[in-house]
Amino acid sequence: MAAPATAAGPGRESAIQLAPAPLLEVSDLRVTFRARGTSIYAVQGISYTVEPGQTLAVIGESGSGKTVSARAVMGLLPGSASVAGSVRFRGEELVGLSQADMRSHRGRSFAMVFQYPERSLNPTMRVGSQITEAIRTHEQAGKKEAHDRAVDLLKMVRLPAPERRFYEYPHQLSGGMRQRVVIAIALACGPQVLFADEATTALDVTTQAQIMDLLLELQQQTGTALVMISHDLGLAATYAEDVMVMYAGKVVERAPAKELFAGVRMPYTQALLDAIPRIELEPHVLLPVVGGRPPDLAAIPLGCPFAPRCPGVQEDCRQEAPPLKQHEAGRWWACWHPLGKGARP
Amino acid sequence: MTETVLTGSGETGSDVLLEVRHLVQEFVLRDFGGAKGGVLQAVSDVSFDLHVGETLGIVGETGSGKSTLARSVIQAPPPQQGEVIFQGQELVGLRHKALKAARRNLQMVFQDPFSSLDPRWSVSRIVEEPLIAYGVGNMAERRDRVKSVLDLVGLDPGRYGIRRPRELSGGQCQRVALARALALEPKLILCDEPVSSLDVLVQAQVLNLFEKLRAELGLSYLFIAHDLALVKQVSDRVAVMYLGKLCELGPVREIYSEPLHPYTLALLTSIPDPDPQVGRRDTATVIKGELPSPLDPPSGCRFRTRCPMAQARCAAEVPELRPLSDGRYVACHFPLAGSWPAEGALPQASPAMTV
Repeated sequence: MAAPATAAGPGRESAIQLAPAPLLEVSDLRVTFRARGTSIYAVQGISYTVEPGQTLAVIGESGSGKTVSARAVMGLLPGSASVAGSVRFRGEELVGLSQADMRSHRGRSFAMVFQYPERSLNPTMRVGSQITEAIRTHEQAGKKEAHDRAVDLLKMVRLPAPERRFYEYPHQLSGGMRQRVVIAIALACGPQVLFADEATTALDVTTQAQIMDLLLELQQQTGTALVMISHDLGLAATYAEDVMVMYAGKVVERAPAKELFAGVRMPYTQALLDAIPRIELEPHVLLPVVGGRPPDLAAIPLGCPFAPRCPGVQEDCRQEAPPLKQHEAGRWWACWHPLGKGARP
Repeated sequence: MTETVLTGSGETGSDVLLEVRHLVQEFVLRDFGGAKGGVLQAVSDVSFDLHVGETLGIVGETGSGKSTLARSVIQAPPPQQGEVIFQGQELVGLRHKALKAARRNLQMVFQDPFSSLDPRWSVSRIVEEPLIAYGVGNMAERRDRVKSVLDLVGLDPGRYGIRRPRELSGGQCQRVALARALALEPKLILCDEPVSSLDVLVQAQVLNLFEKLRAELGLSYLFIAHDLALVKQVSDRVAVMYLGKLCELGPVREIYSEPLHPYTLALLTSIPDPDPQVGRRDTATVIKGELPSPLDPPSGCRFRTRCPMAQARCAAEVPELRPLSDGRYVACHFPLAGSWPAEGALPQASPAMTV
């Protein structure tokens, strides 16, 4: 992986540093939404670090907190959300920063690509203006300079005929082309961490492959760290180095992709893997399924959140929630009764 | 939790349930003032058979015409040209009562479970509606039927019957949509991306339900999806569609282990696989570029503009869908059979794939 292009972020130097601070360090992040007297514990204390050039996949079902946690890092949550814990970017604490201070980080420190490109783009603005807007919002740049940089960005994301596309509107582009434009906007100010929130979910499988290949290639050119948020374990296995699995607002397993898929520890990850239809399977093979639904996030359950659905549940699982611990080098899981090496239930 | 193979009643496929011949569906676009703005060629000359008890999967990208094809089969709207023969009866040209009677055995399940159910109706009423529309039984008999189909799809009628769609999860809504489709005991269900909006665990539950019902009720499915692995899981035969035309049609195992059309190969190599042994595929086989406009499709073979092995003949001559051995069909001048294993272009063979 390439080294980061720029050395110093906007953060101030800490007085004493034993080891260089990680690029992005999230510790015990908690997000709670309060509405009409009830609290929704959407993210219940997650921790992770991201280093330059790294590709981390955050995997989980709808409502597992993967998007909310990324938005909390970006400072993009609505006022009804309260964020606790710590998010450090190159050592600088971000939780509690004012919107104006967060703005100076967005775009340059980190940027985000969202699921639906048509909702990320303004339908009444030309594609080019939306890129120059991003550049001129975050940096001092003249109109001509911004224009040239925007065309270069469109070239970089391999949009055909960039000079012409610059003057087109989003509706004149296909879904894959629109997502390329969104990526160009995200990369406009050279972010050091790029969050891709289901960036290819709305696209076809061939377009998805094109966009993922593009993201990885750009990442290698620029040394940006990539955090891809997805529900698709297949996508994570194909493109990410590290995989973090979330369930009901908690991280339940984290491991390097190769090791994770070679021997899953957490039964929930196994259930996710088993439920994917795969081209190696014979037709009409029934998929192993777990019943039930994820727990209600309005209350933090007493035991392991997956216990009610887990095929290997034991009495202690219902009593106390297992903490996420590093059990082997680089391998973390939160389970009292992890699955054996390569064994399947 | 065990891996069970359900064998359908019609593996042999002797009886043809649905015959589609040379189906063409085009939409005229209008500019300002009603001037003709072009013809969108959604489905162009598509022919296939579907046998009793069989699941025919249709895969293709967005804009390939697969949903339009399903809608043309149920005559909503009727196709411009071609024949749709269901249970020996020609559907094209049927009107009002005759069409309604024919559609009784032909039901549809849509992609978005929320927008395909009336939000103000209770689950029981949604499922009862087709029975009322066709005047089936009296009120008590209809209620019994509603209860039994809800049971069939795994929803407790006492608990869920009175709920509205907003009180259900996506997976439960899709079960209701399936119950509604099953209420009239149809022969064929057209499923248009029925599980693609569901989470992976719920998706597996609903897919298994489709399999269970097929085996128990002897149903036939026309199963439309963009996910090749998913289509393989439910199908007996698969048709690959590109820009309104069929590229390839054949038994599912053969298509996946030895694709003949370059587009099928490109689709197969684009699938991310959760097996680290497969890893990252050769990016050279990822097809480049964008889907051409269906307003002005390329001459000759419609895939030629993105095909890595296109030649002069591909631009000049439209490749017909021609039969090969073992019930396989391909629409390509230069199918991959001979040269296929030579390059590193194939998805890495795992034991299950090299059948």
